[in-house]
Amino acid sequence: MAEWIEACAVDDVDEEDVIRFDHGGRTFAIYRSPDDEFFATDGFCTHEKAHLADGLVMDDIIECPKHNGRFNYKTGQAKGAPVCVNLKTYPVKVEAGKVMIDIG
Amino acid sequence: MTMAKKRDYSLVGESTRRAIETGLASAEWYHTDVARKTMKELMQRTDGPAIRDTIIWFAAILGSAAGIVWFWGSWWVVPFLFVYGVLYGSSSDSRWHECGHGTAFRTRWMSDVVYHIASFMLMRNPVQWRWSHARHHTDTIIVGRDAEIAVMRPPDLIKAALAFTGILDFRYSLPTLVRQAFGKLSDDEKSYVPEMEQHKAVIAARWHMVVYAATIAVAIALGSWIPLVLIGLPRLYGTWHMVTTGLLQHIGLADNVTDHRLNTRTVYMNPISRFIYWNMNYHVEHHMFPMVPYHALPKLHELIKHDLPVPNPSMWHAYREVWPVLLRQLKYEDYYLKRELPPTAKPYRGEFHDLDITAAAAE
Repeated sequence: MAEWIEACAVDDVDEEDVIRFDHGGRTFAIYRSPDDEFFATDGFCTHEKAHLADGLVMDDIIECPKHNGRFNYKTGQAKGAPVCVNLKTYPVKVEAGKVMIDIG
Repeated sequence: MTMAKKRDYSLVGESTRRAIETGLASAEWYHTDVARKTMKELMQRTDGPAIRDTIIWFAAILGSAAGIVWFWGSWWVVPFLFVYGVLYGSSSDSRWHECGHGTAFRTRWMSDVVYHIASFMLMRNPVQWRWSHARHHTDTIIVGRDAEIAVMRPPDLIKAALAFTGILDFRYSLPTLVRQAFGKLSDDEKSYVPEMEQHKAVIAARWHMVVYAATIAVAIALGSWIPLVLIGLPRLYGTWHMVTTGLLQHIGLADNVTDHRLNTRTVYMNPISRFIYWNMNYHVEHHMFPMVPYHALPKLHELIKHDLPVPNPSMWHAYREVWPVLLRQLKYEDYYLKRELPPTAKPYRGEFHDLDITAAAAE
């Protein structure tokens, strides 16, 4: 069942960047792509517990700050060692200048 | 003073169990505060510097190889062997390292190509070593966890001296590749290479073996040593620079701590060594922020040096500092060099660190 929550304001995230969003004991990463679209994934790398929000966004890739593991943040796909497990993604919508994610 | 337990460097032994139990494994490490905007700028990837450096690197390799072939049989070959050896047997380490992190180039395939070539030059299994290096960054100099501790305690000084000749590494690397080519990974290797990746390590080792077998076949067919002098043997005669620079990264410093300022060393080096080493002399900076490409490390160093121990001004200075520490560790393996922080730095954290510092101070 859908559970939409407000994650941040549109302006909180720079273009081609990511921020951390904590909610209900969980951590998410909110991305703004170079073409101004928003995406959301789990906040931790699937390899080891590192905050993806400290990583680097390049095009549609998020690179983990700890071991440089790469994911496609739009699909969650792991792009090779040292990450082997895909990242969970969440539906996102923008309403009235707010970024909403569905964590249901 | 309580007698410390002997260190067990196996990755599946007593120290491993202790590191996991005490929370030293996969711990949260200290980082100097750097504004996100600044860090983002430092992390930016670009192909330009690495393409330039790689062209220079390959051109120098090919040029010195041509000199070896041309002057083979005369004393004039010696300087070409010297240059070729260092480029093949030492520079490859930093290229392997940076391309393994994926920071040198923006374009991934460029990084992968250089990574595989450099891995071959080093006789390193590209799959196994990618994972061992990830572990090295997770658990830097945590005994029982880090697969890349170069000098263990108490130090074996003969072994450390022989490392400069490349003999020990050669004796380890080649048989390791042969074993892996036969499909056998050691328990230590299995502890950090995930099961789903282990078959890739075997395939990579087999490819390396094919090239070495072909090189030997060409040498026999030509009745010449030259193919082996160009492929394989530089791992012996050209390793010294990699060892000279690389040993300084962590030697003589603390183990089992979670602050890179305590277990890692930054050393100022001459521009040639920095080209060969791709700026890995800024090693505290690299460990704290592995996302920053080699060409941005000097900038990062300027930004955070207020929070780090003062760097050694030269390799010579660093070795002079390390030598008495090693001699002392022969008797007291808990002894280490505690890096003093400048007054502008945040102090070392208490957890994990106090215990070791007390032990060292008591000696």
